[in-house]
Amino acid sequence: MTDASMQNAEPGRHSVSLMATDEHTRKRARAEKRFRAYGIVAIATGLFFLVVLFTSILKEGIPAFTRTVVSVDFTLTEQQREESEGVLLKTKAYSDLFITALKSKLDERGLNTEVDEVAIERLLGKVGGTIRTFYTQNPDKIGEQIEFDLAASSRVDGYFKGRVSRDTIQDSRFLQKSDLELVDALEEAGIIKQAFNWPFITGADSGVDNPGGAGIGASVIGSFFMMLVVLGLSLPIGVAASIYLEEFAPRNRFTDLIEVNISNLAAVPSIVFGILGLAVFIQFMHLPQSAPLVGGLVLTLMTLPTIIISTRASLKAVPPSIRDAALGVGASKMQAVFHHVLPLAAPGILTGTIIGLAQALGETAPLLLIGMVGFVARGYPDGFLAGFTEPNSAMPAQIYTWAARADAGFYEKAWGGIIILLMFLLTMNIIAIILRRRFERRW
Amino acid sequence: MNDMSRVEKQVDTKDIKLDCRDCQVYYGDTHAIKDVSVDIEDKTVTAFIGPSGCGKSTFLRCLNRMNDTIDIARVEGSFKLDGEDIYDKRVDPVQLRAKVGMVFQKPNPFPKSIYDNVAYGPRIHGLAKNKAELDEIVEKSLRRGAIWDEVKDRLDAPGTGLSGGQQQRLCIARAVATEPEVLLMDEPCSALDPIATAQVEELIDELRSRYSVVIVTHSMQQAARVSQKTAFFYLGNLVEFGETGQIFTNPEDPRTESYITGRIG
Repeated sequence: MTDASMQNAEPGRHSVSLMATDEHTRKRARAEKRFRAYGIVAIATGLFFLVVLFTSILKEGIPAFTRTVVSVDFTLTEQQREESEGVLLKTKAYSDLFITALKSKLDERGLNTEVDEVAIERLLGKVGGTIRTFYTQNPDKIGEQIEFDLAASSRVDGYFKGRVSRDTIQDSRFLQKSDLELVDALEEAGIIKQAFNWPFITGADSGVDNPGGAGIGASVIGSFFMMLVVLGLSLPIGVAASIYLEEFAPRNRFTDLIEVNISNLAAVPSIVFGILGLAVFIQFMHLPQSAPLVGGLVLTLMTLPTIIISTRASLKAVPPSIRDAALGVGASKMQAVFHHVLPLAAPGILTGTIIGLAQALGETAPLLLIGMVGFVARGYPDGFLAGFTEPNSAMPAQIYTWAARADAGFYEKAWGGIIILLMFLLTMNIIAIILRRRFERRW
Repeated sequence: MNDMSRVEKQVDTKDIKLDCRDCQVYYGDTHAIKDVSVDIEDKTVTAFIGPSGCGKSTFLRCLNRMNDTIDIARVEGSFKLDGEDIYDKRVDPVQLRAKVGMVFQKPNPFPKSIYDNVAYGPRIHGLAKNKAELDEIVEKSLRRGAIWDEVKDRLDAPGTGLSGGQQQRLCIARAVATEPEVLLMDEPCSALDPIATAQVEELIDELRSRYSVVIVTHSMQQAARVSQKTAFFYLGNLVEFGETGQIFTNPEDPRTESYITGRIG
């Protein structure tokens, strides 16, 4: 052995003090420091943009959660109802009745008695329809005094939220400079006030000229039914496919081809799935247009590769010794997989599924092609099964629709919708993390 | 060495449990096992020794068809368990593995309770009619695995929480729970410290009274201590097979002698 030679210093070897670092070591230390600095800069940049994103979303979106309401006591008599129903423009008739009531109220209080009906009409949103719907649904309320909280028109709402000011306002049929005096007076009288915008969270989309009445609730329901379809189809199909490919399928050229294709499918642009869904599900299979069922089917196609890839990864991560152990005591392959491998892979599968669902929840492009955009969500579906087939929108599609509309009130709604969508996504991700923590087992 | 004393014991001629003739194993194009013929006797400990990669584990895995799970592995030759060919088309490997149990190199308890680890085999084979019978099997197996006293108060604790040596004895208990006739052990002590190794070896000697035990080991001392028969594998060939005392004291083949004396391997 070389024990003897170790004792004597080898010839040609300089004795170097450990106290002084040599040039080579310094160079490496500098490189390491630089690399750390890059990393910190990268993270800081990421965080900065995240903060910018969140502040801008919150700043633009928070106003969507408050609304300006005109609160008026109103009584509809049976005779008035009959007269209104008798004319051609029914909602206009109701609207006129309401404006008259409001005006008389103003007169009582001695406020701006010179304002005309047209000015009041400009302050209110589309009140006639709301009132008529209320009395159609609650005919027993006719004759009673009801306090209506009606959404003010978009411009008035904008005046309260700072979108519209005396300097920027231009006289138009929507709102005139002189109207703002009336608005201020009404606010003092407590007739116009700010309130939490429940209809935004629970309501359905409104027409293009009525941003005050627009709500995201119906499209939340649409998204919910789509997610049910996606979960119900992609989880069993995806998990079954992954188990077969990972545990049972022979390794040959054909399965290699399938593997490559699944990886490629995960990278296919979502709009391609949309046009596929349009061609197959709607034009060929004649499933209802704009239905969450079709949306769910399209999103299932999109989510499957994600679920298959993550499921296979988590199956692969289960140590082979567990399979050996099960086979060694005489378990069949299927028993080994279902009794031992699958429970160990479950946290990974669940996480992958939830991430896939979250991705599907935020997907807009394929929904454009199957008609889930535009003014489709008129209200809640009638019952559970109808939820799958009745035309509806989905959250991201609804946001897209609002963002595309002209009225600034809708722009604000779009940001508010984004906040709600992000809340759902955040919740799903938190659930994924909790599930992973909860079911993770060490061995 | 007093280790050798056990080897000197009289070895009775016993029934042949597993009769392997002209066995070949291929991994793809690699010929891993060449013309191996071994008779494994009942109620005997047979040790397979040899350097790494010589095919002893591969051969062991042929005996309960664990190589079936490897796609590229191909096995030829005749393997007869009590005269029945285990590679016959009619044989279900699941049934075979209930008869030929296996203990692996790395202790691999299921990440479940100690009780469930042992009860798993009997459950899937339907060996117990009710909970009481299952309890009995679990206790009996854990006693045979020489671990009952250490775990009887915490049967609900996870099997993965035990120490390495305890885990391996738990795995042995799990393997004997299905009442196998042959017990295959693939380097059962390589991950264990000397004390745990001694416990497992003692256990192997006890198991010999009921089972035919085949053990693959890297340690020649271990082979000498626990086995009655020893097979020396080298580069996929069975070089020498005979009584352990004979192999270690008076080997016929020069390669065996070189390996035992530490010149190769």
